[in-house]
Formats: sequence, structure tokens, C-alpha cells
Amino acid sequence: MGSIRLEGVHKAFGNVNVIPNVDLDIKDGEFVVFVGPSGCGKSTLLRLIAGLEDLTKGRILIDEQNVTNAPPAKRGLSMVFQSYALYPHMTVYNNIAFPLKMAEMDKATIDQKVRAAADVLNLNDYLDRRPGQLSGGQRQRVAIGRAIVREPSAFLFDEPLSNLDAALRVNMRLEITELHQKLGATMIYVTHDQVEAMTMADKIVVLQAGNVEQFGSPLELYNKPANRFVAGFIGSPKMNFVAGAPAAEHGVHEIGVRPEHFDLSTTDGKWKGTVGVAEHLGSDTFLHIKTDVAGLLTVRADGEFGVKHGDTVYVTPNPDKIYKFNEAGLAV
Amino acid sequence: MACAVTNQRKAVNTLIAWAVGLLIFFPILWTILTSFKTEAQAISDPPVFLFFDWTLENYAVVQERSDYLRYLINSVIIAGGSTILGTLIAIPAAWSMAFVPSKRTKDILLWMLSTKMLPAVGVLYPIYLLFIQLGLLDSRFGMVIVLMLINLPIIVWMLYTYFREIPGEILEAARMDGANLRNEILYVLTPMAVPGIASTILLNFILAWNEAFWTLNLTAAQAAPLTAFIASYSSPEGLFYAKLSAASTMAIAPILILGWFSQKQLVRGLTFGAVK
Amino acid sequence: MATQSSRSAARLMMAPAVILLLGWMLVPLLMTLWFSFRAYLPLRGGDQGFVGFDNYVRFVTSSAFWPSIVTTLAIVVGALAICIIFGVLLAILLDQQMWGQGVVRILIIAPFFVMPTVSALVWKNIFMDPVNGLFAHLWRFFGADPIIWLSDIPVASIILIVSWQWLPFATLILLTAIQSLDTEQLEAAEMDGAPVLKRFWFIVLPHLGRAITIVILIQTIFLLSIFAEIFVTTGGAFGTRTLTYLIFQRVLESQNVGLGSAGGVYAIILANIVAIFLMRIVGKNLDA
Repeated sequence: MGSIRLEGVHKAFGNVNVIPNVDLDIKDGEFVVFVGPSGCGKSTLLRLIAGLEDLTKGRILIDEQNVTNAPPAKRGLSMVFQSYALYPHMTVYNNIAFPLKMAEMDKATIDQKVRAAADVLNLNDYLDRRPGQLSGGQRQRVAIGRAIVREPSAFLFDEPLSNLDAALRVNMRLEITELHQKLGATMIYVTHDQVEAMTMADKIVVLQAGNVEQFGSPLELYNKPANRFVAGFIGSPKMNFVAGAPAAEHGVHEIGVRPEHFDLSTTDGKWKGTVGVAEHLGSDTFLHIKTDVAGLLTVRADGEFGVKHGDTVYVTPNPDKIYKFNEAGLAV
Repeated sequence: MACAVTNQRKAVNTLIAWAVGLLIFFPILWTILTSFKTEAQAISDPPVFLFFDWTLENYAVVQERSDYLRYLINSVIIAGGSTILGTLIAIPAAWSMAFVPSKRTKDILLWMLSTKMLPAVGVLYPIYLLFIQLGLLDSRFGMVIVLMLINLPIIVWMLYTYFREIPGEILEAARMDGANLRNEILYVLTPMAVPGIASTILLNFILAWNEAFWTLNLTAAQAAPLTAFIASYSSPEGLFYAKLSAASTMAIAPILILGWFSQKQLVRGLTFGAVK
Repeated sequence: MATQSSRSAARLMMAPAVILLLGWMLVPLLMTLWFSFRAYLPLRGGDQGFVGFDNYVRFVTSSAFWPSIVTTLAIVVGALAICIIFGVLLAILLDQQMWGQGVVRILIIAPFFVMPTVSALVWKNIFMDPVNGLFAHLWRFFGADPIIWLSDIPVASIILIVSWQWLPFATLILLTAIQSLDTEQLEAAEMDGAPVLKRFWFIVLPHLGRAITIVILIQTIFLLSIFAEIFVTTGGAFGTRTLTYLIFQRVLESQNVGLGSAGGVYAIILANIVAIFLMRIVGKNLDA
């Protein structure tokens, strides 16, 4: 079991309100990703849940138990750190066994659990090594192993993939998602990478300046962003924002169109423009188009779309996929 | 660039460096050599360097006459005791400063350092008086306490600089893994800091071993360590060069050996982390 | 960045060290201050009451005071000059490529580990003795009259002994600093056509500035309070009475605690002036 509820959580460091006021309800078994630009308070929020920091105000409940003042050890959570935080003086075996030793389990049980975790994570050949002798991916697995042996009510991940190279990151992303499916435990995952958030999460919490901008499933966030910030943050490349005359046509302050929601033509269309840079990725081509009416736009075309720098193109936003925002940046 | 240095240049460097090194080391070397000479050879003119009748007699005489072992044991107890006691007190303090820093941490560290700057002679009489009152004069326990207090700032500082190199995340991981404070320090911090703790102990043992103000002024027959043992040779009747050399060699040999191990940590320890 | 409970744990764990050092600092300091305002002669009448600033005035006006200050300064400045100049040269030497660098390093560092009483005694007798000392042999070998080191040039002799003890420390710190010098900087200067001496003057020496400051400050604090070297060699005779030694004599030899305590307060003030500068440097380093 592992439902986590935050009620009116407020955190200040001195005079700085890092987290002004957060309410959040995470259900048992959910994979929730906290995402936001760096400094948005997502790591602080995770550390508050972990008990590594105090709340200034508010309550945290795990399985309906108030743990606001409980020390980290008593919350039944496991955490995987950005730096992995492995104990360099212990072997992989002892690293994984450490939480069990702290729980004063007997040797046989510890051994059985450590080996089971090592099986799951393919670490059997490395149990006698020290963290210093492992590759980044292997260290990551040890950190996960140390987290799963305790059978915690929830897992906390603090940007666990940011120290890995791109290829390995994709792999580990899959592994963690699979692990979640296998264990069915609640996981809270912090990242600044919206691709990680979109691909892994059941639910995403978008944070900015310590405020929850939106809480919902990846597709909800993609299809119905609550505001301009979420609309701009979710989706890659970024949504195009157009103010002025084109927005006035729709009777709003500003409109947003995702790069993938344009029709492109070399002959006719709504907005005329010239191609600046064309990024050919093979499957897709991203065009940076300078338009007269709507300013600079990023537009996705398919890989075969043959234009180059200086060509004139016409873009037409898909009318069903135009996001409208008022002056306060809220979706209307 | 390293490879640009010719062998010729290297040979010249080597020659000069060895000459200077031996010159600086010479007083120690000469003392050690003299300790193996007879008294006559020790003062012979011209002096003999290596070709003399090597003898161990001086060592035997020194031990017999002045009970070297008793002073040695006092030195070991005083230096060892004060260092261990200081380290036990300093580890929790350094943990606090390194991992739970507050606005006052820096002030406390600097203040600790400032107690080290207090000139001993300025407080000699009060300490002397307190020692008489408390019956600590000429006691090993009293010396352990005084030397512990003298070196405590350095121990805290050294440990603090070593602890600061340990990432806080690892200690947080231990906390998440269910370790309480005792286990966190015992099973995670201390083993990780073993090299730092070892060099701290080593350097402070050396400093305590060589301390020669309090040991000379607060000890007599009972608790006198080797510093006082040697000082007793400054009286004119002790003027036998070979025996003086033997006594000196015995007093410095243990620490020279330890010192060679600790030379890398010396800089850091004595500059309070200002130079690494 | 921590929780309330870890902060209170931290305070608790810092307490023993802080309380011990606070006691170690305050109790004797207050006692010294107290005695310094009293006529206190333990063997001649004991505590004879409050005398105001008499002890302070008497200490400064006594015929021994100014000579002791001069001696103290001579020893501190002399030893510092030797340690810095030779320390820089030795550090540069040790930084060069050579065979057996580790061994040379150890040879040069060794004097630091010799206890002060031993080094004082060895120098006094085996080297500086006017009849049987090695220097006397050497002088006679060249047909010169041996110098009577500790009575003819006592202060210089003590500077020599102290410098020998402290040169390793200076060398080691300066060597560490030199090794942290970016070699690319030197190579760039070489490419720019700067000759060896100019490179030393404009790049190496400024880089060493901080390390030299630290050596000066730390050694000053230790040199101000050298004791065993004088205790063993001259016992304060022949004009080698430093401020430290003068206070020691007032307190323990002539048992004039009031007067000695006033001297102690002067010594504390003097050391604190140096300490403030050292603290600044160390403090700045803490922020970095």
C-alpha cells in the first residue's frame, strides 16, 4: 500500500517561499512524475515527502497515517538519488543489504532478499564488487536494488537518470517503467526532462516556482494544458505562441499551436513564411519558419518534405488544435 | 612539458636536491651516527663519519640510567590518550558542522581556531594553579586532558575538511535506509572517512608527542614524557655526546617513522584546510 | 538543508567540544585577568590585594621588557625571513623533475618531526659547542677561531635552530601551492617569450602570495611562543629572553604571578592581532 497525500504543504528557507502551498493526492500504485524547470521546487517537494526536510506548514499522510513529523526511516519509503549515493566502502551485496541490516532482519532472510533483488536487476555477477568498479548503469541498478529490497510503500526517484549518457538513459527509462509494472508500487519520480515525464508517468505534476501548475495524465496535459506554462513545457519541440492579430481572430489574448499541428504547403495556406533552418531528423523534419503575421514558428513536417533554407512555404494551423489563452495565461 | 626535460637537466636537479636534502637532514643523521659511537669517538677531532667501532652500549646505558621506557610509556599514553579522546569528541562535532551547517557554523569553527592561538604562557599560572588544586600536577591524566584541549581545534578542523568531501546524499541515503544517527555515523560516515580520520589521528599524535611547553611545566617525576626526559640532559652532568645522541634518537625515532606516513596530511592539518 | 531533529542532534553533538573549549579558554583567561590586577606573590605574602594597572605599568617599564620585545621580534622576523626565502627556493627545487624525489622530500621534512627539546639539545651540544661541537671542528679545520655560538651570537643561533625546525613546514606548504599552479599558464608565458626569472617574478611568486601569507601568519603564532628551544639552550641568558620566556620567568621562577599575568595579557593581545589576520584568510577560504 502506498497512497500519499499532501495537505497545504508549505516550505520556506528563511524568507524564501520555496513551496507556497501544495495539495496533492497520489493513489496507491501510481507512477507520478514531478516535472518542471530547475529551481521549481520539485526536488524540495520530494525531500519533504522523504522526510529529509521539515515542513514549514501543512501535513503529509502516507496510507492515511500522518507522517509529517516522522523521521525518514519511519516513513517506509525508499529513495534513489541523483548521484546514486552508494556506500563506497561496501560491496554491492552489502549496499543492497544495508537497509535490511538496519531493519535488524536475520542473516538468512537478508541473503534471500538481496539475491532476489540482484536477480531482478541482473546484478548477480557483481555482488562482490564495490561501487567504484561499476559502470554508471550498474551503479544505477544497485541504487534501485537497495531501494526495492525494503519493499517500501513507495519509491522516490530524484533525477536518477541525469548522470547517464543518452542511450543508457532510454534503456533505464524502460527498465524503471517495467519495474513499476512488476512491483505495482507507488513511485514518485522527479525530473526536469519532459520526455521522461511523458513516457514514464501515469500522472504528471507540473511545477513552477513551487506551485502545482497542473496535475493529470500525460495526455491530459498534452491535450488540455491548464495554462500557457504547461502548454509550453509539455511537448517537444515547444508549442508556438502567437499573440496579436492572429489571436484576436479567435477573440483571445494569445493562441498556441504545437509544431505537429500545422499543415504545410509550398503553394498556399494561411500564413506565408520563409524557411530559416531545416533540421532533418530522418523520420521528421523540423522547420524554423519566419512568417510575416505570426512571427517565428517551429513546424514539424514529415521526413520527406523537401525544403531548404530560403524557400517560401505556407503554414496553416489545424483549427481543432489551437489552444487559446487569456491575458493571465490561463487556457480558455 | 614533462618530456621536454632532458636527462641532463634532471641529473643536475637530482644532484642539487639530494645535496640540499642531505644538508638539511644532516643534524638528524649525525645524531643517529653519534649514538653508535663511543664517547671518545663522539668528540674526536677530526670527527669520524662512518668508520668507527659501532656500539650499542650507549642505548643500554641510557635505558639503565634514566629509565627510558618509563618516559616512552608516558609519551605514548599522553600523546595517544589525548589524540583518541580528542577524536572521539571531535567526530560528532565535525559531523554537525559538515552536514548540518548553520549560520553560526563558520563562527564556531573560527572561534575554535582562535583558542589555539591563545599563547600558552599567558594562561600558564592559572592552569598550574588549577592543576595543583585538582591534584592533576604531574599526572598522566592531567596531561592527556591538557594536550587534548590544545589539539582539539586542529582535530575538529581536519575532520571537518575531510567530512565536507563526503557527499551529503550518501548520509541521506543511509537515513532513508532506516539508519538512525548512531548507525549513520558508525556504519556510513566513519568507514568512509577512515583515511581522513587516520591522518588526523597521526598528525595530532605527532603534535602531542612533541609538545614541549605544558609537558615541561606541568610534569615532574611521575608523568614526564620524552620531551622532559631529553630536557633533563641539558644539565651539564648529562653532557656525554654519544649518550645524548642515543637518548635523542630514541626520543625521535618513533615519530620520524610516523611522520613519514603523515607528511601528505601535514599541510592540510596545519593550515586548517587553507592550503590543500 | 536539514530537518529540525537533525539540527537539534547537531547542536547536541557539538556541545561537548564547544563547552570544553569554552571552559579551556575562559577559565584561565579570566584568572589571568584577575591576577594581573593584583599583587600576587605566592611565596612572598600571597595575594596582597588589588593594585589596579600597576602590574601592567611595571611590566612595560621593567628593564627586561623592551629587550624581550626586541629579541622576540628578531627571532620571529629572522626565522620567518629564512623560512620564506629558503622555503620558496626549496619548493621550486622539489617541484623539478628528478630521481628519488620522494626520498628528498622526506629528508627535507624530517626536522619538523624532531621534538623541540631534542633539536635544541642536539644543536646546542653536538653542533654549537665551542670545544667539541661539529662547527668548532669545522672552524678549526679552516684555521679559524671557533665561534662561541650561544653566548657570542645567541639570538642568531636560536634563529638558526628554529629555522631548521620550521623550514620544512614552509617548504611543504609552498610546494603544495606551487604544484597547484596551472602549468599551462607557465607555458603560455614561455610562448610569450618571458625568460625564467620573469616567469618566476610575475607568475610563480604572485601565485604563492596566499601560501606565503599563510606561512607567515601560522609560523608567527608558533614562533611567538617558542619555549623549549630557549629553555634548553640558554635558559633566557645572553639576551635571548623573549616575551614568552620573560613571562615564564616572572610566573614560575620569581613567582610574581600578578606581574607575569599582566605580561600574559600583553602576549595574548599580541597573538590576537596576528590571529585576526589569519582568521580572515581562513574564513574567506571557508566560504569558497
